[in-house]
Amino acid sequence: MPMPLPSADRRTLLRRGLMLSVCGMLPVHAQPRRELPATSLPPSPSAVVAPLMRPIPSSSEPVPLVGLGSWITFNVGNDPAAREQCADVMQAFFGAGGKLIDCSPMYGSSQEVIGHGLRSRNAAAGVFAADKVWVSPGARGPAQIDTSSSRWGVPRFDLLQVHNLLSWQEHLVTLFAMKAAGRLRYVGISTSEGRRHAELEQIMRSQPLDFVQVTYSLRDRRVEERILPLAQERGIAVIANRPFEQGDLLRILARHPLPAWAAELQCSSWAQFALKFAISNPAVTCAIPATTRIDHVRENLAVATGRLPDAAARARMAAHTDKLL
Amino acid sequence: MSEWWSYRLGSFLLFSQRTYGSLVASYNAEIWPLQPVLVALGLVALVVAARSRSPLHARLVWLLLGGAWCWVAWAFHLRRFSTINWAAEYLAWVFALQGMALLWAGAVHSSLSFQPRSPARSALGGGIVVVALLAWPLVAPGLGRPWAQAESFGSFPDPTAIATLGFLTLAPRAPGWLMVIPLVVGALGLTMAWALQIAAA
Repeated sequence: MPMPLPSADRRTLLRRGLMLSVCGMLPVHAQPRRELPATSLPPSPSAVVAPLMRPIPSSSEPVPLVGLGSWITFNVGNDPAAREQCADVMQAFFGAGGKLIDCSPMYGSSQEVIGHGLRSRNAAAGVFAADKVWVSPGARGPAQIDTSSSRWGVPRFDLLQVHNLLSWQEHLVTLFAMKAAGRLRYVGISTSEGRRHAELEQIMRSQPLDFVQVTYSLRDRRVEERILPLAQERGIAVIANRPFEQGDLLRILARHPLPAWAAELQCSSWAQFALKFAISNPAVTCAIPATTRIDHVRENLAVATGRLPDAAARARMAAHTDKLL
Repeated sequence: MSEWWSYRLGSFLLFSQRTYGSLVASYNAEIWPLQPVLVALGLVALVVAARSRSPLHARLVWLLLGGAWCWVAWAFHLRRFSTINWAAEYLAWVFALQGMALLWAGAVHSSLSFQPRSPARSALGGGIVVVALLAWPLVAPGLGRPWAQAESFGSFPDPTAIATLGFLTLAPRAPGWLMVIPLVVGALGLTMAWALQIAAA
């Protein structure tokens, strides 16, 4: 069953709601939620409120502050039950107002698993498809992009990023040409865990990038020094990967009680605390935690519906975490 | 690349322990009851290597081992493991290469006789083979995983590589280069198992 398209009124309402949240962070419960076909997915435990959004600087298009990563979690091979579970996670993600899903040809079967989820849940029209190109030499990039597109089952990607700066000179030529030809909406570049930041900085200064993707978490805040300010200065959207450091950060934090003042920030778990920290940085456009669990994906999206900590609160969060780690 | 030092063991893992375990269980179910047959053939090969002086018998042992490497290349790496690990396609070629090398050196050229050898070589080589054939399948259950995730000789890379090292130790004139791939495979397997355990902890 195809996903019902919003009526003209719903579409207008949706646009207005998005703009309100982007421009003024007005009460987000006024925003309508995208509806998906009913399946056996367990219902959300509470009424769903659409997540806050931030605009992509180069276009002003709003994207939800929380996206969905797929590193390891969606690489489940041909296991039918695991694929369905991933599709359920995607459905819950879209149902809670999520849009951006990020993947890479490096992530094993993750692209195919995402493609299965989009097809089986009739969700291809609502996704903000973010993938990467990861091959050398760069001349092999177009063929890899075609394969990736076929695995996702989308006619074109919204965003393609050069993965880990591999052959970035050649790939960026390809990606900018695709964008100019209307076969791609945004161009980006990615790295992780603080690698090659000096080179990334040079690329950000010299290339008309729409996005950069970097690691940013409560513990790994290296991008705060130069990358995030530069992104703001250059009008580049930022995707924050590994906000939970693949669970390592949460495992360490779980040894300590959540501070009482976390409740003032509308956080009742370390996961909410960590994710709220990442997305509340004004330079961050979207964080992409990965998960295999429906309750976790809903919790992640819910983090982006409440009040975001201001600079003072963020400093307190970082200082408190530093004491614990 | 200067950033290599920043990678951790877990950085190279593309999949979770759960996904790998599910893949192993599914593969085991698909090829059953080949696993006990191959382990039994391995035990027969060990007895032959230990007792027989017949060049024909030695050839049959290497035929079994070469065939096991080629089977693992195709059945495990190419058909199964490659669905969650793009590097498995390259590993399949490495396994096929080792299989062909064993077939060429042992079965075709008959240059890998098991005689004569010292008692120490017999004990070491035999011990390694026994560990690979009988102890290795107990590792997964020993770590609390289901029996369906047990890895056995001839079906999975690590016990096949370890058993091969044992048989090569039993062959006094076996060239050292035949041990390179089994050693690397064994090290890789142990590293991956360790990384998966850490990630799952």
